[in-house]
Parts: sequence; C-alpha cells; structure tokens
Amino acid sequence: MSVLFLVLPLALLVVAGAILAFVWSARSGQFDDLDTPAMRVLGDDPPTRPPE
Amino acid sequence: MSIDALQAGAAAPAQVLVPCSHCGLDVPRGLVDESRERQFCCTGCETAFGILHTHGLAAYYGFAERREGPVRGSGRSYEEFDHPAFAELYVKSLPGGRARTELYLEGIHCASCVWLVERVPLLQSGVLRSELDVRRALAVVEWDPSAVSLSAVARTLDALGYPPHPFRGVARADMRRREDRAMLVRIGIAGAIAINVMLTSLALYAGEVNGMEARFEQFFRWMTFAITVPAFIWPGRVFFSGAWAALRTRTLHMDLPIAIALAAGLVRGAINTITGTGPIYFDGLALLIFALLVGRFLQQRGQRLATDSAELLHAIAPDTARIVEQDRLREVPASALLPGMILDVRAGESFAADGVLLDGRTTVNAALLTGESRPTRVETGGNVYAGTLNVEAPVRVRVEQAGEQSRIARLLQQVEQSAARRAPIVLTANRLAGVFTAVVLVAAAAIFVVKSQLNLPHALDDAIALLIVTCPCALALATPLAITVAVGRAAGNGMLIKGGDALELLAKPGILVLDKTGTLTEGRTTLVTWHGPDWVRELVLSLEAGSSHPLADGFRRAWPEVAVHPVQHAEHVVGGGLTGVVNGHRVHVGSPRFVQQTTQGAASPHAMHWPELAPTLTPVHVAVDGVLVAVAGLGDKVRSDALPSLQRLRASGWRTLMLSGDSPDVATAVGQSLGFDASEVTGGASPEDKLRVVEQLKTEGTVVMVGDGVNDAAAIAAAHVGVGVHGGAEACLSTADVYLTQPGLTALVGLHEGARNTLRVIRRNIALSIGYNLVGASLAMAGILSPLIAAVLMPLSSITVVLGSWYGHSFPRRGTSRGTSRVTPAAHTPAAAQSQPVPQS
Repeated sequence: MSVLFLVLPLALLVVAGAILAFVWSARSGQFDDLDTPAMRVLGDDPPTRPPE
Repeated sequence: MSIDALQAGAAAPAQVLVPCSHCGLDVPRGLVDESRERQFCCTGCETAFGILHTHGLAAYYGFAERREGPVRGSGRSYEEFDHPAFAELYVKSLPGGRARTELYLEGIHCASCVWLVERVPLLQSGVLRSELDVRRALAVVEWDPSAVSLSAVARTLDALGYPPHPFRGVARADMRRREDRAMLVRIGIAGAIAINVMLTSLALYAGEVNGMEARFEQFFRWMTFAITVPAFIWPGRVFFSGAWAALRTRTLHMDLPIAIALAAGLVRGAINTITGTGPIYFDGLALLIFALLVGRFLQQRGQRLATDSAELLHAIAPDTARIVEQDRLREVPASALLPGMILDVRAGESFAADGVLLDGRTTVNAALLTGESRPTRVETGGNVYAGTLNVEAPVRVRVEQAGEQSRIARLLQQVEQSAARRAPIVLTANRLAGVFTAVVLVAAAAIFVVKSQLNLPHALDDAIALLIVTCPCALALATPLAITVAVGRAAGNGMLIKGGDALELLAKPGILVLDKTGTLTEGRTTLVTWHGPDWVRELVLSLEAGSSHPLADGFRRAWPEVAVHPVQHAEHVVGGGLTGVVNGHRVHVGSPRFVQQTTQGAASPHAMHWPELAPTLTPVHVAVDGVLVAVAGLGDKVRSDALPSLQRLRASGWRTLMLSGDSPDVATAVGQSLGFDASEVTGGASPEDKLRVVEQLKTEGTVVMVGDGVNDAAAIAAAHVGVGVHGGAEACLSTADVYLTQPGLTALVGLHEGARNTLRVIRRNIALSIGYNLVGASLAMAGILSPLIAAVLMPLSSITVVLGSWYGHSFPRRGTSRGTSRVTPAAHTPAAAQSQPVPQS
C-alpha cells in the first residue's frame, strides 16, 4: 500500500490542473453568458426554404 | 351607387386570410395585393424580408421559433449616434481604428434573433462583429468608423425590427462581470477542495472503524491539512475580510462567528495534526466554506435582478429631439436641449422636454404621466410634458424645462428616493443574524470557561465543535434557496419576482391598491358599443385607416376583417374628426358636435331606439350624406378576469382600493362595476397624490401597489410591494418588485397564494436547520460530539434543506418554463410586449 504515498499527491496534482483550467475558463468569460451560445449553434443548420 | 348596393357588397363572402411572408400573422384584407407572390402585413415586414433575401439570409425562415408579430422599426435616422458627444459617452476606441459599443435591442426574443443580429456584419459592410447576449438583450457591436457610420448600423438593426438604444451602464456592467467571475472561481475552488477533503477524510473514518497503520493515518491527516489550507487562503478569505470589516464598524455580522469558527477549527486541527492526536475538523471546514459561498451566491443573484432593470428607467422620454434652427430642422440628443429652444414634434411622437405649445393645437396622450385614458386637448400656449405622446397634429413647442428639470425626471427622482427608503426591511434580516451570532459566541465562550473551571477534559475541543456545528450553514441556505426555487417557478408562471422580501410581504393579506388604466382595464381604446347598420362599418374604417388617432386604432382592432375602400377628398379636422368621400358617399366620422354641423339634426329613423352611451365612453357619431346613421362608443374596456380575481383576493382577506388618474366619474363608474365601495375609489389622482395616498396607507398595514404607468412608478416604489402589470411603462417595471408578464389580474391571485406557500417552505426549512443545530449544540455541550457525527450532521442538514426547498410546494411547476424568464429584457420594452406573446413552452 506504500504506493499511496505517490498516488495521492499525483491525484491532487490532477485536481490542481482541473482547478487551474476552471479558473482560466471563468476568467476568460466562458461562464458569462450561458444562454446565447446554446442558441448560436442552431444557426449552422443548412438553409431551408422560406414558407410560401 | 345606392345604399342597398353597398349593403350587398358588404355581404360578399369573406376572403380567406393570408399569412404575412415575414412574421406569419394574418395580413389585413385591405393590404392583400393579388398580383404579387408574397403578402406582407406592414411595410416593416416587407423591408425586413427584402433585406434578408438580397443578402442570402433566407435561412432565418427555417427557425421553428421565430418572433411573432410584425416588424416595428422606429424608422428613425439615428443621426445622434454619430454625434461626438454620443461617441464620448458610449463608444470605445479599439486598436486598429475599430470602435466598439454596446446597444440595448428592443424585441429580442429567441434563437432566431441571435442568428439574425449576429449576421449584421453580412448585411452591413464595415461592421466587423456583432454579438448578442440574449438574456440581457444586449448586443456588442464592433465596426470600422472609416467604412460605416454607427447610425447606418443602427438603421439596419431598426429595419430588422430591433430598434437599438445606447447602453448606459457599461462601467457598472464591467465591474459586475468581474465580481461574478471572482465569485464563480471561489465557489468552484471551494467545491473541488471540499470534495477532495471529504474523500481523504473518508479514508480516515474507515481507518477509525477498521484500524489503520499509524504511518498511513499520519500521512492522510497531513494530506487533508495540506488540501484544506488553500481553501482558507483563497475562497475562504472573504469571510475573514467580512468579519474584520464588521469588527472595525463594531457591528455583529454573520461573517463574525463563521470566521471565528473557521479560524479556531483550523488552528486546533493544525495543532492536532502536528501532535498526531485528537480530531481534525478539516472536512467540516472545507464543506462549510463551500456551502456558505453557494448560499451567498444565491442571495446575490436575487438582489441583482432588482437592479438590472433600473437601467431601463432612462428609456422613457425620447433620447432625441428635432430642434428648429433658422428654419432648418436638426436632430440632437435630448440631453442637449436647453430652455428656449424650439422643438418640432410630429403626430405620433413623444415630447422630449416640458414646454409650451407655440402654434396650432393637438391632443396629447398623457396616460404615461397622469393615467388619464382619454387624450386631452392642448391649445396654443398650453403646457406639454416630456414623455407624453403627441397624438393628432404636428406642432412646435418652446422648451421650458429639459432633462433633470422636467416633470418626468423629477418624478423619477422621487422613484429612486422611494426605492432607497425601502432598505430597512433588508436590515431587519441582518439584525436577526446579529442576534444569532451573539448567542452562538456567548454559548461557545461559556462552555470553554465553565468546562475549564470545572477541569473537565476537552474544554477547547468542545467549544470549537459547538462553533462549527452551529455554524449557520443550513440556516444560511434555508431562505435564499427556497426563494430562488420559488422565484424560478413563479417566472414559469409569468410572474417575475425581483426580491425575496416581496414574497414574504405578499404572503399575508394587506391593503391592495390598484391603478385603473391598463391594470383593471385593458389600457387601450376599444370599440365597446356600436349602434348602426353593418354596411356603415366599411365606410368608417376606410376613413379611419390612415389615422394614427387612438380612436381609429379602436375601430381597426374591432373590425379586422372589414374591407377598406379608397377615400377621396379626405380631410382631418383637429379636435373634430374625419371627413371624406368613400364609394361616392360623403362620410363624416367624429365628435357629436362635429357631425352635428353637417347633419343639422337629420338622423336615421333607428336613432331614437339607440340607448344612451355609458358616461365612461367617448361618443363617435357617423353621418353618411348628411344623415346621422350610426353612433359608436369607444372606451377602455374592463379586463374580463378583473372581477373574479378581485373577489378571490377580497375573500382571502385583502382590502382593495382603486387609485386612478382618470377623471373621477370614469373611475367611479368602473369601480362600481368591479364591486368597489364609493369610499374605495379615488379618481383624478396625480402621481404625487398617489404617492401620498400610499404613504398614508403604509401606517395602516402592508401596502401592495399594482400599476402600469409612470404615474404609478413613485407609488409603486413607495409601497411595501410594487407590482407592475403586463405592457406597463418601463419606469414602473424597473421599480416594481414583481412584474407580471401575462395580462390581467389572475396572476395576482396566483402570486398571493404562491407567496403564502413559499413562506411555509421557508419556515419549515428554518425549523429543520435550527433543529439540527440544537441537536448538534446539545451534543457538543455534553462533550459527546465526535468529529464523525459533526461531519455527518452538517451535510445532512444542508441536504434536507435543499430537498425541502426543491420539493416544497410553492408555485405550480410548469414543464420547461425557462423561456419566460429568459426573454425578460425583451418583455420589458413596451413595443415587444405588444407584439410578442411571451412563449409558455
């Protein structure tokens, strides 16, 4: 079980990486507007004919 | 053609209605052009359709959810957007010669709006980027000033049906965005740390039960310690700075016991880690930081909603005006107006400043300011006020008071003052938290002192355990969580509630003060009675078709399917009515006096059987070829759900009062039909009167003011709870605590019942969390609270509160209700409120 002495700090390093990624994404504004991007992707659908 | 032939023509089968190619609404029959492939309900739609097709953006019509309702551009030149003063206020210069500004767009609605607004760079060369935040209806536009002017961009947006307004709160929005991001980062880090500390602690608890090698136990304790410390340094720091601020101002704040518990727990835990004996509290502490931050975030979000819409306050008076300078007209920003300038105001436009009518006469709709539903006549030398609507004729006005000095601006200042005065309610909650704080601190100190005096073991450990276990974690979550859930559900039911205190006050019956125009009535001119043969309708409508008068609107809405014929020799007599030749007949439509001049008393034989019109209605007489043939009564119709809703509210204990700016006889007549006693109806009340009445009533109990106009705004802000109804003026909406997105008063009943249920959920939550705290506190005092029990008890109490709030019965739950809350900004603008039904699915 001595592998714990290595694995636990390693796992915490991964967590630290995740936290840094989160901080970066929050600071770059990716959580500012949660509604519009979801609608924006709809626009890439192929154009359809207008109703007659 | 004889009258018989006309009657035969009117009896012809009605045509099938054709949908508008742009907005999908039915095209009025008079506008259908059989020779064309496509039909449009208005020129706005036709322009928008043309723009989209010439730029290959027909994919817009592929969206299932499009804006319903005709394109209502303002058709303005937006000249003032190019003014240097405008640039200084709102435009930011970017490197590379680009410029950026933020614009509020009216009529923002759904996915198709995002698609369309973000394709403006394709429509208008020189625009580099256009990005929309659909929830706030705010577009960021970047453009190259050397290639295109901002006014051209604004005209493009306007033509698509999104009239733009400058966004005045850029600096504040930036600050808020930074705050939001910092809060989010704190919550995220605290959450990640809490979960990892819990995981490592789990190993320790398992070790306590099953046994664990000492070197592993020591390692795990140190690891937990190492993970917890960052939670104190980064996210947890806010509590220490809050406590420090409270200490310096010598006030008791919720942060103080939290900070003491956190610090004591950390220090004790650290000592126990180093010595290798005794409990470490790290799992509880990390979870505490996380839960408290989440509670605070929820609370903050509720308060945000209230301030968000205050920005719209400024949008009431027009932001531009046309001034006359040496016989030339020039468009200037309204803020540049000075007393003495001459304004040119067309029919259908609002006045930008208070002033005196220089020549001609017109009628003015001051409903926004005074609540008077019928337009009032203004003669040369009469006063007109900023924000009111010039209905009938183009006029020139000499500015007397502009900007901050105008009547509407002073009224809005009162609104702001009233809103600020409301703060004491919020303070009460903080005072309660202060008491709680004091009790916990005294209890912890008492335990420590008593136990160490009696030389009992673990005096310090028990005091710390008490501090931690009574930390108002679940208590702090109890109220904001229940309110957040209730507010979300209420939004799904068409009620936008801006603050939790409103819910609390609405739960108990009090005094309900209702505005008349637009609240109890529909707030627009409707054809209520019509005495006369059907064939006359075509003639009346043909004459009224080209008029912007509210009475003409009433006829058009009443008879959408009646055909319209061309009119010769049309003439508009200001203050009288309309006359013209339709199908070879001379037709007069207008006030009884105006029609009397042509008929000289000649009337159709049926006239003697027509009953007298109700005093609340405006009479309109119709003469064909000099003979009176029909009498119409137009007025403001009482909403169909007003009476049943009022009866239910009265039954549950509310005292109802009507406060109207309309003339006393109209107010009394409407009041009688709705079951108000004569003493409960006040007519002819100016905005200042309304404010005074509400202030007086506040001494008698909880006052809920319901209204829709600027004339109600001061009263709405002064009342304990202000409710703005559907389609109301923006000033009223922004000061109201609750905004109803559906017309009518049914929502008011639902609001009261939902608030009552929500309060029940809150009380249950508080009882549960205090119960947990009491159990925890007594265990801690008895000295039998092991860290394991504390660690189980704390999340358990929070989870109970979360589940209790979520499954608690507050407002009825509606399927996917997010759409309603999402389009809030759009629903706030009057134009959007009229043209778009808020989707319920």
